[in-house]
Amino acid sequence: MSDVPAPAPAPTPGLVRRHHWIVRLTHWATVVLLAGMIASGLQIYEAYARFGNRDGPYFPSPFNDAQFPAWSRLGGWLAGALNWHFALMWPLVACGLLYLSYLVASGEWRALMFRPRDLRGAIEMQKYYLGLRKEHPRQGKHNPLQKLAYTFIVVLGVLAVLTGLAIYKPVQFGWLTWLFGGFQAARYWHFWAVWIFIGFTAVHVALVFLVDPASLRAMLTGWYRGRFPSHD
Amino acid sequence: MLHEIDRRAFVKLGLAGGAGALVAACGWDGGNAIRPDLLAVSRLNDWVGEKILFSPSRLARTYSPAERSRSLPSYFISATTPMLKDPRLWRLRVDGLVQRPLELSIEELMRMPRVTYTVKHHCVEGWSGIATWHGAPVSAVVERCVPLATARYIEFVSFDAGYSNGWDWASALHPQTILAYGMNDNPIPAAHGAPLRLYSPIKLGYKLTKYLVSMTFTDRRPGGYWEDQGYPWFAGL
Repeated sequence: MSDVPAPAPAPTPGLVRRHHWIVRLTHWATVVLLAGMIASGLQIYEAYARFGNRDGPYFPSPFNDAQFPAWSRLGGWLAGALNWHFALMWPLVACGLLYLSYLVASGEWRALMFRPRDLRGAIEMQKYYLGLRKEHPRQGKHNPLQKLAYTFIVVLGVLAVLTGLAIYKPVQFGWLTWLFGGFQAARYWHFWAVWIFIGFTAVHVALVFLVDPASLRAMLTGWYRGRFPSHD
Repeated sequence: MLHEIDRRAFVKLGLAGGAGALVAACGWDGGNAIRPDLLAVSRLNDWVGEKILFSPSRLARTYSPAERSRSLPSYFISATTPMLKDPRLWRLRVDGLVQRPLELSIEELMRMPRVTYTVKHHCVEGWSGIATWHGAPVSAVVERCVPLATARYIEFVSFDAGYSNGWDWASALHPQTILAYGMNDNPIPAAHGAPLRLYSPIKLGYKLTKYLVSMTFTDRRPGGYWEDQGYPWFAGL
């Protein structure tokens, strides 16, 4: 990464302000908090590693009776894991709300939310990634595929919170539990959210390093200088 | 200027990595440094659960007897199934901050208003099962013993190695909170808490004291067998 000392405090050519501190803070806090939620969740899961009433039938799952490795679990035992889970949920939800409030207040949601009109651009972008198109399509802050991914992950986050509520208070939020298909179904979707989060993170991190390593610095410092400046 | 930015970035990355390493420390329950904080948050969650989320009139969903689970797991703390030497001598003691302490036999409890419902049982472990329960509402006993104005909690004690639970007032008086003497159209089996157990579909299973011997009205929050070991105290659903 460029280490050239800037001669004057004037903006360095090519260096653009990319991420507000609220975005960077909530992004990295979410990384840590979500890791804690997943690790304590895997410990909680171990107490009854199936989905369905006690005598079945059980929901199809490759993780029936699975024991996850010790390094992936947090809490030591069920009570410890529950206490971690129900403590970390507060800052995690606060982060999510802060982030969404920022998107709305700043208007930045427009650069992030995937809308039907982004579909064409998404196809062009996919063509570029598949080598069917030489030129990188013009884009704003994010390309349409990124918009699709970031919109999807926000929806997944909301679903993870709602399915969590549905199994935390299945009587007080009975309508929510019902909406997800009952207590065990809500538990099932809450669990699957974990693997989608992990899959998303793997692809997300791979793309950062393979396609645009400069975006990592942007998420840390707020400043971006790389191959994909906004065309806006 | 750029040097400065990079240094800050480096520190941030280090912090994130450090926290990640903590999370990865296997089986970590917080240790002596963090466990008290986790328990403090658990108290806060009790408060949110009781004062904000809990509705004293919202009823848990009921099912038809045809939807009952074939079996419901049971557990107890004693080495063998707790059983009374002479069931005829058994009485439920009602005492503490009440005007009229009581000693109730099963026959007396059965003469009180009877509640029967088929509901889903939720274990803290994550399993669930449906069963039918028959019993007298705790509110009927409360009416009869006339608690003092200072009573805010009820402690339910068993003869299963001293297993006990403390209940908040509103949950205890919920219309679906009962002293159950029957399960699935029969007297409660020994495995499920005979002759009398606390039952309610609005709490996790570990709050539903089996093998009852007494209910004591108090002004101080009573602990409980699992609660004292770190499980959430309120445990309301």
